[in-house]
Amino acid sequence: MTGVLRVLRSVLLTLGLPAVILLAWWFTSAGSTTFYNPPLSAILGTFRETWFSAPLGESRLAVDVVPSVLRLLAGYGIALVAGIALGVAIGSSRALRAFAEPVLEFFRAIPPPVLVPVLMLFLGIGDTMKIVVIAIGCLWPVLLNTVEGVRGLDPVLRDTARAYRLGLVATLRHLVLRGASPQIVTGARQALSIGIILMVISEMFAAKDGLGFSIVQFQRGFAIPEMWSGVILLGVVGVLLSLVFRAVSHAVLRWYLGYRQSQHGGA
Amino acid sequence: MSSPANVADRPVDDHPGGARLEVRNLRKVYTGRGEPVEAVADLTFEVRPGELVCVVGPSGAGKTTLLRCLAGLLPATSGDVSLGGAPITGPPPGMAVVLQEYGRSLFPWMSVAQNVELPLKEKRVPKARRAELVDETLAAVGLADVAGSYPWQLSGGMQQRVAIARAVAYEPQVLLMDEPFAAVDAQTRFELEDLVRTLWKRLGITVVFVTHDIDEAIYLGERVLVLSARPTVVLEDVAVGLGADRDQLETRGDAEFARLRTHVYELVQQAKQGVRSLADAHLTHPADTPPRAGA
Amino acid sequence: MTRTHRLAGRRTPAWALGLAGVVVFLLVLELAPRLGLVDARFLPPASRILAALAERLRTPELWTALGQTLTTWGTGLAISLVAGVVLGVVIGSVSVLRAVTASTIEFLRPVPSVALIPVAVLLYSTGMAGTLLLVVYASFWQVLVQVLSGVQDVDPVASDTARSYRFSPLTRIRTVVWPTTLPYAMTGLRLAASVALILTVTGELLIGTPGIGKLLGIAQSSGAVESMYAYVVVTGLLGVAVNLLARALEGRVLFWHPSVRGEVAA
Repeated sequence: MTGVLRVLRSVLLTLGLPAVILLAWWFTSAGSTTFYNPPLSAILGTFRETWFSAPLGESRLAVDVVPSVLRLLAGYGIALVAGIALGVAIGSSRALRAFAEPVLEFFRAIPPPVLVPVLMLFLGIGDTMKIVVIAIGCLWPVLLNTVEGVRGLDPVLRDTARAYRLGLVATLRHLVLRGASPQIVTGARQALSIGIILMVISEMFAAKDGLGFSIVQFQRGFAIPEMWSGVILLGVVGVLLSLVFRAVSHAVLRWYLGYRQSQHGGA
Repeated sequence: MSSPANVADRPVDDHPGGARLEVRNLRKVYTGRGEPVEAVADLTFEVRPGELVCVVGPSGAGKTTLLRCLAGLLPATSGDVSLGGAPITGPPPGMAVVLQEYGRSLFPWMSVAQNVELPLKEKRVPKARRAELVDETLAAVGLADVAGSYPWQLSGGMQQRVAIARAVAYEPQVLLMDEPFAAVDAQTRFELEDLVRTLWKRLGITVVFVTHDIDEAIYLGERVLVLSARPTVVLEDVAVGLGADRDQLETRGDAEFARLRTHVYELVQQAKQGVRSLADAHLTHPADTPPRAGA
Repeated sequence: MTRTHRLAGRRTPAWALGLAGVVVFLLVLELAPRLGLVDARFLPPASRILAALAERLRTPELWTALGQTLTTWGTGLAISLVAGVVLGVVIGSVSVLRAVTASTIEFLRPVPSVALIPVAVLLYSTGMAGTLLLVVYASFWQVLVQVLSGVQDVDPVASDTARSYRFSPLTRIRTVVWPTTLPYAMTGLRLAASVALILTVTGELLIGTPGIGKLLGIAQSSGAVESMYAYVVVTGLLGVAVNLLARALEGRVLFWHPSVRGEVAA
C-alpha cells in the first residue's frame, strides 16, 4: 500500500508542475487572438502536420531535423576524437603545455558563434562549413578539460603503470583515458551545449535545410504556430540529446561516483 | 595454490625464485629549479637471491629515492644498479613494487581482480593462468571474497593487501616495498608484516623493504641496512640473527631483538645528527656480540 | 606562478615557452597566407589583421559597440545572477519546492536558448531586449543549478542547530545556508559569465542587436575581411578578459574558503 502511494507521489511530483504549466498555457492562450501568441491547441495541431506529415521519408522530420542532428553528431564526434587526442598529447608534456597554453586560452575565449561568418568565407554554406563550425566550437572545451584531466593524473598511478611495464597502448587505455575521464566528460558536456547552439545558428545564418533554417523560415513567413512548433521541437531535441549524454556518461563514470563518495566520507 | 604450495617447506636459504640485486656507487642529484640537491651520495650494497633486506634511516634519508632508483623509475646520476647481472635503466621485467600510498597505487576504475590482473595481461600471461594467479594470490592475502569490489570500497589495510597480491601475482624475482605499512593501523600492520614473511618464505623471492620503523625492519629482515641522513651513504649493514620463523610475540620479546633494536635505534639517532660513518658514531651500547642465526 | 619566473636549472620557464607559442602562432598566421598555403582573401596575414585592429581601435565605432556588448552582457548576467541565487536559495531551502520543480528544471535546462531567437525577433525586433532574453535564459540555469547543489550541501548538523535555536528563516539563510552556497554561486557565476558572452555575440550576429557581433557580421557581408578578423580578435580578447575577471573574482571572494572547488563538480 505504501509502495503504491510512494510511486503515486513521485509521479505526481515529476509530472505535476509540467502539467500545471501546460494547462495554464493551454487555457490562457485558448481564446488568444494575439498574432504572436497563438493558442497552444493551434501549435500542437500544426506540430504533427508540420513535422510528421506522411510519407515519413519526405516529412520535415526526415528532411530537416535528421540532417541537422547528423551534422551535429559528425562535428561533435570529430571534436571529441581530436580534442581528446590533442589533450592527451598536451597534457602529458609540461613543455608542450606551457608552449600551447596562451594560444589555447585565447581560442577558447573567442565566442564560437563568430566562427560561422569566418568559416563561411572558406567553406561556403554547405554541410562542410556547418560540421567544421561545430567541430571547432566543440573542440576547445574537450581539449582544455582533457589537458586538465591528464595533468591531474596521480603520479603514484603513473609510477605503478611504469613499474609494471605497461606499454603505451595499455597506459593510454587503462591509465590516461580512464583517469582523465571525469574531466573529459565535463568537457564533452560543455561541448554538447555549444554544439547545439552552433548547429542552430549555422543554419539560421545560411542554409538550405535544417531545423534552425526551418524555424527562421517560419518566423520570416509569419507562420507563427509552425514557428512555435519548431521551437518546441528544438527544445525536445536538446532534452533528448542531454538524456542520451547523461546515460552514456553515467556508464563511463560509474566508478567515479562511488570513488568520490568514498573520498568525501573518508576525509 | 599449486605453485606456491609446493615450495612452502623449502629451507629459507635455498631460494630459486630470487635474483641478485647489486648497487654500486649509486649517486643521485636532483637538478630541478633552484639549487641542485644531492639526495644519495654513494651507496654500495648487494642483496643476495632470495634474501629479505630492510632499509631504515632517518626521515628524509633518501630512502624513497633509493627505492625509485632500484625500481628503474628514476635514473641514477652515476653508479650502477643491476638485477641478476643486467643493468637497470628502466623498470626491469621480473620486478614488482608496492608503494606506500596504497589508496593511490590502485586503479580506482578497476575492480580488485582487474587491478591484480592488469600487469599479467601486459605480460601476456595466458588467460586461464591469469585467472588462476588472481584467484590464488587474492586467496593468499585473504581477499578472495572481495575480488569484484572496487579498491575504494575497502579499508586501508585491505587496499594494501590488494597491492601486495598484485605484486605477488606478477611472479617477480624481486619485490620492492616502499614503507608499505606506514599508513595502516598497528593491528593491521602486524598482520601484514606476517603476510610478507609468509609470502617471502613460500615464494623464495628477493625482497627489499624500505621502512622508517626500526622494529618492523628488524622483525622482517634477514639484514638491515641503516642509512645516513642525506646525502645518503650506508652507515651499517646489520645482520639479523633471529632465525627463519618469527612471531609477533616471541620474536619481539627476544633478547636479541631488543639488542638489535637498541643498536639500530642508536645508529639512526646518530644518523639524524649527521654522523656519516660507523667510525664516527658514539654508541653507548656497542654491538659487540656477533649475531648467530638461531641462537 | 612567481616560481616559474626564476631562471634556473635546465628548464625553460613556462612564460618563455608560452611567449614562444604565441610568436610561432603569429608567424604561421603571417606566413601561411603569404606563401599561398591559404587564400589570402579569406585569411590575411597576421600583420594586416593587427594593422586593421589598430586602425579599428582608433574609431569611436568600435568603442561604442564594445560598450553595447558589455552592457548587454553585464545586464543579462546580473539578472541571471540575482534570479538564480534568489530562486536557488528559496527552492533549495524548501524541500517540497525542490521536489515539485526538479523535473521541470531538468527539462527546461537543456532546451537550447537559441531556440528562442525567432521569438526574440518577433517580440523585440533588433532591440537589446531580444538578445537579453537569450543571455538570461542561457546563463540563469548555470547559476540556479550551482546554487541548488550548494544549498543541498549545507551541513545537516549546522542546519539542525540553527533550527533548534529557533533562528528565523532569514537568519538561517544568512548564517548557515549562504556561507556554504557562496562558493557554488561563484562557480555558477564563472560558468554563466562565459555563456552570457557567447549568447550576447550570438544575438548581435543573428538578431542584429548593436554590438561587436553586429559589426563583425557587417564586416563579413561587406567583404571587409581584415576588419572582420580584427573584430574576431576583439571578441577573443573580451572573452579572455571575462574569464580572467571571473576567475579572479572567484578567488577573491573565496580566499577564506578551505576547499577550492574544481571544475568537475559543475
